[in-house]
Amino acid sequence: MIPLAASQHFAGAPEWTWYILFYFFLAGLAGGTYFLATLLRYWGTPGDEQTARLGFYVPFPATLLGLLLLTLDLKQPLRFWHMLFNTTPGEFGLNFNSRTPMSVGVWALLVASVFAFVAFVDSLVRDGRIRLPLAGGLSAFLDGTAGRIWNVVGAALYLFIAGYTGVLLAVSNQPIWSDTWALGGLFLASGLSGGAALLLLLMRYRRVGESSRGVLELSERLFTALELLLLVVVLLTLIDDGTLGKALDFPWILLWLVALLGMLPSLRDLALRGLRVAPEGAGAASGGRVPIWVAAPWLVLAGVLALRAAVIFSGQS
Amino acid sequence: MATEIVPGKAHGFFTDTSVCIGCKACEVACKEWNELPSKPGGFLGESLDNTGTLDGQTWRHVKFIDNVPDETMGSGDGKAFLLMSDVCKHCQHASCMDVCPTGAIVRTEFDTVFIQQSVCNGCRNCIAACPYDVIDIDPDKDVARKCTLCYDRLQGGMEPACAKACPTESIQFGPLDELHRKADERLAALHSQGIEEANLYGRDDKVYGGLNAFFLLMDKPETYNLPNEKNDVLPQRNNQGGYLGLLGTAVLGLVGAVIALRNRGVAARPAADSADGDSP
Repeated sequence: MIPLAASQHFAGAPEWTWYILFYFFLAGLAGGTYFLATLLRYWGTPGDEQTARLGFYVPFPATLLGLLLLTLDLKQPLRFWHMLFNTTPGEFGLNFNSRTPMSVGVWALLVASVFAFVAFVDSLVRDGRIRLPLAGGLSAFLDGTAGRIWNVVGAALYLFIAGYTGVLLAVSNQPIWSDTWALGGLFLASGLSGGAALLLLLMRYRRVGESSRGVLELSERLFTALELLLLVVVLLTLIDDGTLGKALDFPWILLWLVALLGMLPSLRDLALRGLRVAPEGAGAASGGRVPIWVAAPWLVLAGVLALRAAVIFSGQS
Repeated sequence: MATEIVPGKAHGFFTDTSVCIGCKACEVACKEWNELPSKPGGFLGESLDNTGTLDGQTWRHVKFIDNVPDETMGSGDGKAFLLMSDVCKHCQHASCMDVCPTGAIVRTEFDTVFIQQSVCNGCRNCIAACPYDVIDIDPDKDVARKCTLCYDRLQGGMEPACAKACPTESIQFGPLDELHRKADERLAALHSQGIEEANLYGRDDKVYGGLNAFFLLMDKPETYNLPNEKNDVLPQRNNQGGYLGLLGTAVLGLVGAVIALRNRGVAARPAADSADGDSP
């Protein structure tokens, strides 16, 4: 008789694949960018405002697209609203099940989309792309103390959205997913580093906010160190439950390697420079030459995607 | 004598695998009553089992478990294929109910676990949670489906189709307390005959709080690919740890961002001094 591991799994795979993968990716980036944009606007320098606006442009389309992907993933997409309203005969009312992160997450996503919409419109107003009296008032509101509180609440919500996806996987009986409690933290750390990388990337296409480059690069290094730490925790917990081999099996090992590769630029900078920021910035072009690390943000984003793919697919293999 | 089916009283299945002959009448009766299509012809080549697994359109499945030692050339030392008509266990601690975000999975007046087809939106969270790999999507209906314990028949005062069709009374239906009594008697009889390996699975609350569809097994649960007491785990065991891990990471992320904001002030000066930002 084959001895059972502490947590033997018998559950079937839910076949969450591409829609869910890209939703998780977008949720991470939306969380990272909203959080960083809030910090840059309210605790940064005036020179960070342009970057903050860039950051506030991202969450709304990312959230909308994410909601669309979530809906399309359902076998009955037209019943997405059943997540929100109980349609059981005789029990009509709002639907909320605190025992499953899927229910908590849907509500969080819905509420967060309001914050993302406000941030998006505000950025359009500040950039002079729309001129509406109401929208102008919105920006004035966001400049005050109430606006700061509003954005802090929004940032907290988006931090949750970046990471609850990992908790959602863990709250199951699937191998790998349910063998660790650290997936939520790992996805959040990865989303934060992805958000920083995305802002660094967007800054290149809109030559503004160069003064924010240092803080973004430093943030990315620290977030990546946190991500690596949590990745180690995840792998250690998988050893404990005997599913590490399954997680690292071929071809998933390739995805883990891409995820690690995505961390390399930031880890390299952390090792070489610590908390110091190079004047030209690790990823900036210097003297008209394109440095080897110019691809770093793309690599980080590929790593963010690969990490989620490795977790999602290996757990269902 | 027909079983009286009373709403408000817990009902279930007692499946005695010691008398199952693998005829699959239960599978056929289930498909007929519930109008479930048969699978396209397949040959698994390992036993008389060509159904393979429970799924969205197969709610009863007779497992054929090869328990014959490979090296045996004779009678198998008394070992034979183990047969077990598998079905949804209608757990007291039902993982599927816990994680359903739409409220589609409910407990009925007969204490059975039921998926409301009109409410389910096919999110598949229940599939990831079910520790018995029972639930699946019905590709024709695009919703999660499983054994209903013939809810419609129970409402009409009829026993489930599989129990009705079983020729050896391997599958018995009735009020749970009555089934428990029958199972205890059967187990005692087998033990008195020297069949010590016989055991009841899900009769008590050690596995998922007790199963409304429980079994008399002729070997350990692991042999039947069933979770035992040691790996009786519910999905929500990771809720607290998962959210705390998330919170801890958020705090550390905030600390990291604050460090970055504080350190950038000093480090950015050389760049500001340099017109083109090329300074080493």
